Amino acid sequence: MLKRTHFNPSPLPYLLVTPQILITIIFFIWPASQAVFQSLLVEDAFGLKTEFVWFDNFIELFSDQIYFNSFGKTIVFSSLVAFLSLGTALILAATADRIVRGATTYRTLLIWPYAVAPVVAGTLWMFIFDPTLGIVAYMLDMMGYDWNHRLNGNQAMALIIFAASWKQISYNFLFFLAGMQAIPKSLTEAAAIDGAGPAWRFWTIIFPLLSPTTFFLLVMNIVYAFFETFGIVHAVTKGGPAGATEIMVYKVYNDGFIGLDLGGSAAQSVVLMVIVITLTVIQFRYIERKVEY
Amino acid sequence: MVENRPITTFCSHAVLICGIAIVVFPIWITFVAASHDAVRMTQTPLPLLPGDQFFVNLKDTFIKGVGNAREQSVGLMLMNSLIMAMMIAVGKIFISLLSAFAIVYFRFPFRMGFFWMIFVTLMLPVEVRILPTFEVVANLGMLNNYWGLSIPLIASATATFMFRQVFLTVPDELLEAARIDGAGPMRFFKDILVPVSRTNIAALFVILFIYGWNQYLWPLLITTDKNMYTIVMGIKQMLEAAEESPEWHLIMMTTLLAMLPPVAVVVGMQKLFIKGLTETEK
Amino acid sequence: MRKSVKAISMAMVMAALMLGIQITDSQAATEIQWWHAMGGVNGERVNKIADDFNATQKEFKVVPVYKGNYTETMTAAIAAFRAKKQPHIVQVFEVGTATMMAAKGAVYPVEQMMNDSGVKLDKSAFLPAVISYYQTPKGELLSMPFNSSTPVLWYNMDAFAKAGIKEPPKTWPEVEAASQKLLKAGFKSGFSFGWQSWVMVENFSSWHNLALGTKENGFAGLNTEFTFNNDSVKRIMGDVAKWQKSKVFDYGGRRGDSLPKFTNAECGMWLNSSAYYGGIKKQAKFKFSQTMLPFYPDIIAKPQNSIIGGATLWVLKGHPKGDYKGIAQFMNYLSSPEVQAWWHQETGYVPITTAAYELSKKQGFYEKNPGTDTAIKQLSLNTPTPNSRGLRFGNFVQIRDIINEEMEAVWNGTKDASLAMDDAVKRGNKLLRKFEKANK
Repeated sequence: MLKRTHFNPSPLPYLLVTPQILITIIFFIWPASQAVFQSLLVEDAFGLKTEFVWFDNFIELFSDQIYFNSFGKTIVFSSLVAFLSLGTALILAATADRIVRGATTYRTLLIWPYAVAPVVAGTLWMFIFDPTLGIVAYMLDMMGYDWNHRLNGNQAMALIIFAASWKQISYNFLFFLAGMQAIPKSLTEAAAIDGAGPAWRFWTIIFPLLSPTTFFLLVMNIVYAFFETFGIVHAVTKGGPAGATEIMVYKVYNDGFIGLDLGGSAAQSVVLMVIVITLTVIQFRYIERKVEY
Repeated sequence: MVENRPITTFCSHAVLICGIAIVVFPIWITFVAASHDAVRMTQTPLPLLPGDQFFVNLKDTFIKGVGNAREQSVGLMLMNSLIMAMMIAVGKIFISLLSAFAIVYFRFPFRMGFFWMIFVTLMLPVEVRILPTFEVVANLGMLNNYWGLSIPLIASATATFMFRQVFLTVPDELLEAARIDGAGPMRFFKDILVPVSRTNIAALFVILFIYGWNQYLWPLLITTDKNMYTIVMGIKQMLEAAEESPEWHLIMMTTLLAMLPPVAVVVGMQKLFIKGLTETEK
Repeated sequence: MRKSVKAISMAMVMAALMLGIQITDSQAATEIQWWHAMGGVNGERVNKIADDFNATQKEFKVVPVYKGNYTETMTAAIAAFRAKKQPHIVQVFEVGTATMMAAKGAVYPVEQMMNDSGVKLDKSAFLPAVISYYQTPKGELLSMPFNSSTPVLWYNMDAFAKAGIKEPPKTWPEVEAASQKLLKAGFKSGFSFGWQSWVMVENFSSWHNLALGTKENGFAGLNTEFTFNNDSVKRIMGDVAKWQKSKVFDYGGRRGDSLPKFTNAECGMWLNSSAYYGGIKKQAKFKFSQTMLPFYPDIIAKPQNSIIGGATLWVLKGHPKGDYKGIAQFMNYLSSPEVQAWWHQETGYVPITTAAYELSKKQGFYEKNPGTDTAIKQLSLNTPTPNSRGLRFGNFVQIRDIINEEMEAVWNGTKDASLAMDDAVKRGNKLLRKFEKANK
């Protein structure tokens, strides 16, 4: 299909995919199907009494305003994280691209948050913004702004957005920078000779040429915000206050792992799986096109 | 550069320095917190400049230990994190190389079926299916060992997908040449495919090492043996100090120690990392 | 030839090694896994209790394992049970009681286990306020009380002196008045609290002798319904919301997140568990003391009694019979006056047996540390009524989170008190029905 030539048919490929498939089936497909099955059950926590209830858990889920709120919060959270981290990274990459001296140093200093665990990143930000102890909270207080993310839902949301974006800046920065460096210098030089200023050149030449990278990063960032920010929410707000930061992944965890409502939590997992698969297909289609191009 | 305008260059540096200030600020605070004593870290306002307790705290974490009740040794926890991260990174790269090779270079029944099967695992985090996965691992007797810590996390498609993309860009002529030379599939794989994807392997290694190192909930659930605890768990355990305020100076010291290895990997391998990432995704 | 000699000798060494391992194995003590949620210094104390017990005999070895906070520990044990890898003993907080109780196939009631193992259990030695929370309607003890506490009003004596407050407040109006004085004296806020559902709803209700739900707060059956959306609870919620605006009160998070507010003297009073004694003692750089919870004199002339929080140790089924003998011995050791008195004095948890209380008295602990008997006095202020014996609601871990959420919505002004409590009851009842359905 994609390659024109292939090796001759033999049992070898089956052998090659076996480890991967085995692990996928045992540790992914099987548990995931258990989750699907569980979503049709009402069960006590210990699994001693089980009742098959068909789609009751889903009906309950979709008639629950709180679930839709959580969905809405996830959308707000994800888009703001994507916007903030992409925007910051783009500005930094655009400036770094112009710099001749010290570029490597800047890059080195900018990429390290990528290596920080989400839980640890969350802990750091929580510490800095702790309403009583936090240094930034203290400074805000001096300026007359009352910071208490344990009380104020918007502040809590802002805090996890900061923390999540902060962690993602490095990743985006790397891709943007690489994308910009791949743009032939002759293009920008020609525009410069025509008298176009740096900002103008950026918007008319560089940014459009970057659009494949931007789109790729957009998808990656949304996926990141949807699923990989669990650790940040867990460390910073635990979904509070008043559920203001309870994004979908956290709600699955909270209802299942903390609340022991296994059926309800499994139903949410199934919804998430559907979202994941949709996102995957979209991204796959896009990347596939790009490769063929 | 195209032209030399001192003001623009100055502005560029200023923007970058601001960006770095934002990015580095949390680590600076971590370092500062790790260099003061316990009493100072419970009094507002917290310091912005380092104190003189850094080595005292460092010694303290190494001698007395970290984690809950300070009963785990830092060295052991770092070691566990390292083994887990290495097993995940190496294991994933290995099985992914093989399966990507099969999917790209062979035509066989169910090929696309296999591909999609692997592919749907791409993004679903372990947190979402954690209890059923735990049951599987427990039934296989993999609690409290490195296998249980790492193998379930190998089940994800990122690496397979990435190698597939890399292999698709490898010119078909290479395969034809190999066939003319009479090289078998495994020979081609070993002598040509793996060497040409070297930078991608390096890039993936960085990503997966960090992914493995940073796991939190999974190790928390499947380990009950103190000797298997990882460093990230240790930090979280110290934060949960019941009925007391957390001991921030020690937590931040542990955080610094926990950050060091993955940061070293990223920074040390940054050239390969960037090259490997951008070659496929561009 | 030489190769095979080498191989044989290798095999022999291996066999010897394995045999050796087996021999040492059979001599080693039987391990008893004890999963707990005691973080920080309390974790060290748990280790000490286990070590001390292990030193008293050779047959059994209690291995304490920290599994995270209360909810994490409970879930970990349940997940382990489902996979048949459960620990022997698990520490479960009081709100998990109904869930554990309903799991008849998983839980080995402590009283029965002690009897089966031939270790005497004297129930009359335990404090009624503690033990009644964990008994079946017939009086059988289900789990072993370990760390029990009750909320008290902590106050900063230096701050009180500075603000000219002579007497620690006894009623809510007095708390408000004292807070106003503190604010005038330059403090950021008057008071704060933690574990808010426990302190401000559950204990508020028992303290004023109000029911949280029907069926004796759930003790008399699974078909219970919440009733805490009454005027009194709504009144305190409304007052606190009002106080949040004027900084008489300042919210600082769930659990113990607001502790630094008190230890940094941002506020002068703090309502939370008596078990924070150790933590406050370590961090506060001022004189502090504790007094009983405030009440509304127009709701009740004299307060009833408060209810406990904290956790008990549950024994899980599915281990060899011999192991339970060791568990019984350990439980016996754990509830001995010496261990309990030590634990009580170190941590601020209440002594769970009369003997431990008496021992602490005899040792002069309360004279040296005035106020430390507040918790126990408050718990045994009056004979518990059905409203103040405790509570037994299914899914309460989740329900408590709901109550917390709704309370936070009141504090930050997104909901008014009345609506929030009605919503909390509505959402809570839904989960009660779910629990009833799953445990029919």
